[in-house]
Amino acid sequence: MVVGSLEQQRADRIFHALSDVTRRDIVRRAMEGPQSVSALARHYPMSFAAVQKHVAVLERAELVNKRRQGREQLVQSNIDTIRHAFRLLDQLEAIWRSRIDRFGEVLAEQNEGAAK
Amino acid sequence: MTVKDVHKDSAAMTMTITAEFEAPIGPVWQMWENPRQLERWWGPPTYPATVVTHDLTPGGAVNYFMTGPEGEQPRGWWRVIEVDAPHHLEFEDGFADEAGNPDSTMPTTIIRVTLGEQPDGGTLMTIETTFPSLGAMEQMLAMGMEEGMSLAVGQIDGLLRTNVTAL
Repeated sequence: MVVGSLEQQRADRIFHALSDVTRRDIVRRAMEGPQSVSALARHYPMSFAAVQKHVAVLERAELVNKRRQGREQLVQSNIDTIRHAFRLLDQLEAIWRSRIDRFGEVLAEQNEGAAK
Repeated sequence: MTVKDVHKDSAAMTMTITAEFEAPIGPVWQMWENPRQLERWWGPPTYPATVVTHDLTPGGAVNYFMTGPEGEQPRGWWRVIEVDAPHHLEFEDGFADEAGNPDSTMPTTIIRVTLGEQPDGGTLMTIETTFPSLGAMEQMLAMGMEEGMSLAVGQIDGLLRTNVTAL
């Protein structure tokens, strides 16, 4: 299905972008507000060009947006994409909360059984 | 409340949930180690789990199926990565086909369970779930949607029984 494969490609780009620790760190920093590429580059033991490449990968995955301000390029996180990931984690949280509730109930029943 | 803390890191696609139980570590570990105990909490009330094989040794497998309200039986498996009873368990959790073999078209998650004895005699349980990719996370949760729908009911049930389980 065309739509499905496009969505899959998008997911693959996001996954690839987030598979690198430097890129994850860039996303976190850019969530706090726009960061210039040169300011970001100071945080990592690599060249400005290398950081620029990481930013380009994040941009293709729509995890960050880039805009020019004077001589600087400002990088900002794309909150929608990140929020999407967060909503999925919310669902996972609901599944595990319910599992842990049941876990606790079964344990408590046993405790009662042992006390009798 | 049993659940003490939930931490979600959407960049690393990891969720960590911490719960505390008023029980010694032995019985808490048994909830994972004893298949009859495991099946009492793994699936929601509308999709109870039946554990078919259960080998908690590194490289060992756990195979299970759940039975839905329409009689459907989705299957799942664990591949055990690390075991250090009663403190640590790490496994890969995935979907299986009708024959019970791992379905390679479906994503898997890595689940790390850590149990720790508390000074008051209780047990702290931390479960960290990591998705290999956002696409995988979407696919997995779409599969678990029905489970998600039945959660509301289970949670109300749970709330009504909180006076029994509350610590």
